[in-house]
Amino acid sequence: MKLVLNPPRPLGLFRWRNVTGNFFLESMLSISLQKKTTTATLLIFLAPALLVYTLLSAYPLLDTLRLGFYSSHDNGAVSFVGLSNFSTILLDPDWSASFWNAMLNNLKFFAMHILFQNPLGLLLAALLSLKNLRFARSYRTLIFLPTLLSVVVIGFIWQLILSPLWGVGEQLMGLVGLADYFNPWLGQEETALVTLSLASVWQFVGMPMMLIYAALLAVPEDILEAARADGASAMRIFWEIKLPLIYPTLGLITILTFVANFNAFDLIYSVKGALAGPNYSTDILGTLFYRTFFGYQSQIGSPTMGAAVATLMFLAILAGVGLYFVTVQRRLTRFTF
Amino acid sequence: MPTVRTLCHLTLLTFFCARPAFSGTLIIESWRVDDKTTWEKIIIPAFKKSHPGIDVKFSPTSPTEYDSSLTARLAGGTAGDLIACRPFDVSLALYHAGRLENLDGAAGMNNFPQSAKVAWQTDDGKQTYCMPIASVIHGFLYNKKIFRQLNLQPPATEAELFQVLDTVRKNGSYKPLALGTADQWESNQIVFSNIGPNYWHGEAGRKALISGKAKFTDPQFVAAWNVEARLGSYLGKAASAQTYADSQNLFALGKAAIYPAGSWDIAYFNQVPGLEFGAFAPPVAKAGDQCAISDHMDIGMGINTNSGNKADARQFLAWLGSAEFADIYSNKVTGFFTLSSNPVDVKDPVARQMIAWRASCASTIRLNAQILNRGQPSMENELWNVNALVLNGKLSPANAAAKMQSGLAKWYKPQQ
Repeated sequence: MKLVLNPPRPLGLFRWRNVTGNFFLESMLSISLQKKTTTATLLIFLAPALLVYTLLSAYPLLDTLRLGFYSSHDNGAVSFVGLSNFSTILLDPDWSASFWNAMLNNLKFFAMHILFQNPLGLLLAALLSLKNLRFARSYRTLIFLPTLLSVVVIGFIWQLILSPLWGVGEQLMGLVGLADYFNPWLGQEETALVTLSLASVWQFVGMPMMLIYAALLAVPEDILEAARADGASAMRIFWEIKLPLIYPTLGLITILTFVANFNAFDLIYSVKGALAGPNYSTDILGTLFYRTFFGYQSQIGSPTMGAAVATLMFLAILAGVGLYFVTVQRRLTRFTF
Repeated sequence: MPTVRTLCHLTLLTFFCARPAFSGTLIIESWRVDDKTTWEKIIIPAFKKSHPGIDVKFSPTSPTEYDSSLTARLAGGTAGDLIACRPFDVSLALYHAGRLENLDGAAGMNNFPQSAKVAWQTDDGKQTYCMPIASVIHGFLYNKKIFRQLNLQPPATEAELFQVLDTVRKNGSYKPLALGTADQWESNQIVFSNIGPNYWHGEAGRKALISGKAKFTDPQFVAAWNVEARLGSYLGKAASAQTYADSQNLFALGKAAIYPAGSWDIAYFNQVPGLEFGAFAPPVAKAGDQCAISDHMDIGMGINTNSGNKADARQFLAWLGSAEFADIYSNKVTGFFTLSSNPVDVKDPVARQMIAWRASCASTIRLNAQILNRGQPSMENELWNVNALVLNGKLSPANAAAKMQSGLAKWYKPQQ
């Protein structure tokens, strides 16, 4: 079926839109299938998704943004305080120290994923797309499997493997003569965050692998054949033909990783608890938000302060995605085929 | 299709069934997930024997989530009728917010001494809002077999404790201490609160901190961190990644000689076949010093102001104040000691040993429990972090004291 754009025309139901001058919406609504359909049909098809999305995603998000401007009192009353929650988080020495610590840790967490997860995903996908690779399907399934496991299971497994008391980590390293280099990585301030990031990379590497694999398969065979006919080596074909053609997928993966990392919480919470020790070295925005919003032990939670933290998280993600669209995505679209 | 329709109806109906129970059933909110069976199999049946008309349901939430989820449920109007009360500030905040019923003169309340009630009273001591239930005592557990094999005696002083630890370390077949810092809370609640009272002189030190007469940086507090740092030197390099469960397992498997403990641990180790263990009180600095123990009021129970069933709830609380409950709780929930003035005969040998310290040592509660948890940064979270760092040798005792003091002085007037 082919979509055609009709010139704007007055619609019974949405005539008032013209008064507000919303020509964009007007023209959106007048997109119709070549077979004559009414606006009502379109609305009916859009409604379920729009309704669910508005109710469960857009409304809570907007209400969270609103709540950040309020402050709650012991008796449950809530009052408008303007930007004071945000100034507390960003200017109060204790609050800002823990906020920027969490932000920095989150950036490190993201950097680890960009450095390891996506290149590793690319490598695995490139290997899997090799012709004549035996057991390709088994490898694909096995590597993708951890992605399907619960994060709690992942946290528990890695805690056991790396446990200096009962774990197999030290023994395995001993087999290759590295036992002396074994450390309680999850317990040291310097290494805990990196260790958890790598556990997360291990879990999610299947995602970029699958997406890139699919993109590699979609590279048109005639282009590759032409390259081969011109005498290009396999390496050259990969670097100069296949890779540029999958840039859009790599960009997509980067931004998905960014959003997922800045919303991360579960792995840290399941391994280190909400206090994200040792000495807050694994504290990321998600755990900071949890402590602020829900409280922890004798720390009483504050929904309004938590909403302010959530708003800042949202802004950070928005800024990241915005930057990506302005600098990367616009250039990438030129390569799409 | 009729089956689809039936399914739809059933789905809708479950939403109605999932609503809070109908009046007539008392629902208890608690963080004691571990005691669920004891409540369901022993305590509630005992209550029903004397009060056949009242149904009671025990509905616990995991400890770290209890306070936040309870606050949310109270605000949303879905909390149970009876609320297990944390001591001091956390419950006081609930009372001030109008969530807990005033219990002045409630039946059963006069079975408790004033010292027990103070944990659930307003600062002026005029209003009471929870019925005291039990306290926990801190001390050390030791493996009797290892002590016999190495010819060791339970230590009474600091010097003796380190001698014992040295001997075990030299022997090399066992870990001297079963202790880790991965979960952080043990560092504060079962190490610092455990050994500290002997140095800051129990109640005197705690009250001086509250009144502003003493600071965390004073020698009596730094001394406690000094001992803690020395204890830390007996932990292997594994300690920073060792969880509470790891430590329990080490001691249960007979791989460690000494286990810094809360009395609630007794119940767990009693289930381990073949483990012979005894308890010794936190060692004093010098022989002959008056000893002080952390005998921390841990749990009480109050009534939700929005409960539809307050009369029954009050009957239940009155029973919680009875000698019958004091006896059941102390003997069935091993390691929790009743706060009642009714004399209770504790039967478990190790628990009996621990409760006997009350007679020879002065009792105090955890340093930060009263008043000092009210601001930001929360002293509880700060103490977890700081004590874990001291045990790992990442923060010196003097710096630990300075960090605590600056956090407290930030919001607490008497310390400014």
